[in-house]
Amino acid sequence: MFERTIRSRAFWPLCGILILLFFLPLFAPRFYVYIFALIYVTSLAAMSLNMVVGFGGLFQFHHGVFYGVGAYATALLLAKTSAPALVAFVAGPITAALTGLIIGWFCVRLTRLYFAMLQISLGSLIWAIVFRWYSFTGGDDGIHGIRMPSFLSSPQSAYYFILVVLTVSLVLMYTILKSPFGNTLQAIRDNPQRCEAVGINVRRHQLLAIVIATFFAGIAGVLFVVLERSVFADLLFWVLSLEIFIMCLLGGWFTFLGPVLGTAIIVSLRTFVGKFTEYWTLILGILLILVIFFLPEGVMGYLQRLGGPRPKGSAVRKEEIDASGGVGL
Amino acid sequence: MTLGVAEVASQFLVGISRSMILFVVCAGLSFILGVLRVPNIAHGSLYMIGAFATFSITKFFPGTTGFWVALVVAPLFVALISLIAERVLFCHLYQREHLMLLLFTFAVSLILGDLVKIVWGAEYRSVSAPPLLKGSVSILGASFPRYNLFLILMGPIVGVALWLFTTKTKIGKISRAAAVDREMVGVLGINVSWVFAFAFVIGCFLAGVGGALVAPTVSITLGMDHTLIIEAFLIVTIGGLGNMWGALVGSLIFGVTHSLGVLFWPQFAIVFPYMAVVIVLLVRPKGLLKSVW
Repeated sequence: MFERTIRSRAFWPLCGILILLFFLPLFAPRFYVYIFALIYVTSLAAMSLNMVVGFGGLFQFHHGVFYGVGAYATALLLAKTSAPALVAFVAGPITAALTGLIIGWFCVRLTRLYFAMLQISLGSLIWAIVFRWYSFTGGDDGIHGIRMPSFLSSPQSAYYFILVVLTVSLVLMYTILKSPFGNTLQAIRDNPQRCEAVGINVRRHQLLAIVIATFFAGIAGVLFVVLERSVFADLLFWVLSLEIFIMCLLGGWFTFLGPVLGTAIIVSLRTFVGKFTEYWTLILGILLILVIFFLPEGVMGYLQRLGGPRPKGSAVRKEEIDASGGVGL
Repeated sequence: MTLGVAEVASQFLVGISRSMILFVVCAGLSFILGVLRVPNIAHGSLYMIGAFATFSITKFFPGTTGFWVALVVAPLFVALISLIAERVLFCHLYQREHLMLLLFTFAVSLILGDLVKIVWGAEYRSVSAPPLLKGSVSILGASFPRYNLFLILMGPIVGVALWLFTTKTKIGKISRAAAVDREMVGVLGINVSWVFAFAFVIGCFLAGVGGALVAPTVSITLGMDHTLIIEAFLIVTIGGLGNMWGALVGSLIFGVTHSLGVLFWPQFAIVFPYMAVVIVLLVRPKGLLKSVW
């Protein structure tokens, strides 16, 4: 598998981009370094979501909760206790994965829209508790000025930390998706009935996928704390979840790197269009409608179809899913 | 803390009156879900537009008439916007997958949200209830706002009107038939595209009614669409997709658990309705009443 990865056309250009990104803080102004780091953090959340949405076919509608839980676990440990930073950083993803296990355990019993609605209500429960528990979580004020270990004190070192963690996470996620488990997951997405018939435990695979995805969402949450040094209850609100979801759809939800592109588009729209006008969501809305009308597979899916004679994106796969009714609510 | 019967009863009635607003909005959402199969996130934005339009109309017609005019004109205004949106955008997309429709309606809600910001600004607005409905009456020794009684009256009126529309009128029957088998209805020589447009406008009209009804009870602001639409989707799901009476049951569960939660544990009152939804979904995953999907 590793050899095939190296031989694929995208591998060396990606390495080149990665090396360029490593040198970014040397010449780019501080603001751009921050924006890039923000894109990394959010795109890790979006890609972890895409593991279950694009590759697992699950309607994970409240993924932001796990991102937020990871961030809050780390932030609370750093702000309320004197635990070493490393412990707090590890606690974030683990708490997120545990939350994912509990919520997922309930959700995999249902399918599609009902799955989505159950997850939204369970996630909103967590949001409501965080939002209202002023004495512990700070309520809607959140927690600010979280202490950081000395090796993360400067913006540059935070940038490098985030980039390294992102790269490692991406490699891990790619390996998982290319493993037999990942293939099974995609098979379940395309035809759950048949998978069940050949003896695959569909629910258990879906639950495991949710736990893995929420673990990575938790990592993204920790990186958010590293970058912003604050957390707030909006991280767990469903609007953020929908925004992450849209990053996946916009970038191309059947492609591995699509969510990164979607995140980059949305974050830079907010930053740069937001500078000129406060009505940047109007522009985003129009852009989204254009994408839906003209690029139904997302930007990355479209690029991949342009790129090669044998499309890696899922024009064919999508039709098959439509035929089996797999994507409908 | 001791709670008198009167307090519980009056809080219960407040819950029911809040449920009625939710019901009016959710009935519209459920109708659109049932007939068009579109999970319309923009429904919340239309509700917000209804509330803002009510504000503008009551300012334009000060005095007693303003609110009553607004109650009719604001929903019509919302219906007009939805008709334009349907004919220009929605009608091309009904064949798409539901996830794409969800994304699309979200995009529309982003646009509508910003248009509201352009037209009405980001300040808090408030509408005062008409003199007839101001003040409160005494029920079981507890005082109870008149406007809430009015809401409790309005819910059933809207419900019965929608029921009569879907079961007794020809267009209502056609739209229900189109929900079941779109192609067959087309084969019978009916212009399905316009039936869908009509059903969509009716649903959005109800969102406007909900917005107008809620206007005197809350401060009207940007963001009220977000809080509403998620509740509306949960209500429609636990009631049974596309089932109007399901929307009523769901709204009552949501509204009453919330208002009783305020009484028993104010800090975590918003937790209770979500808890109720979780329990319902675990016990009856497809909703309490029969879903048309």
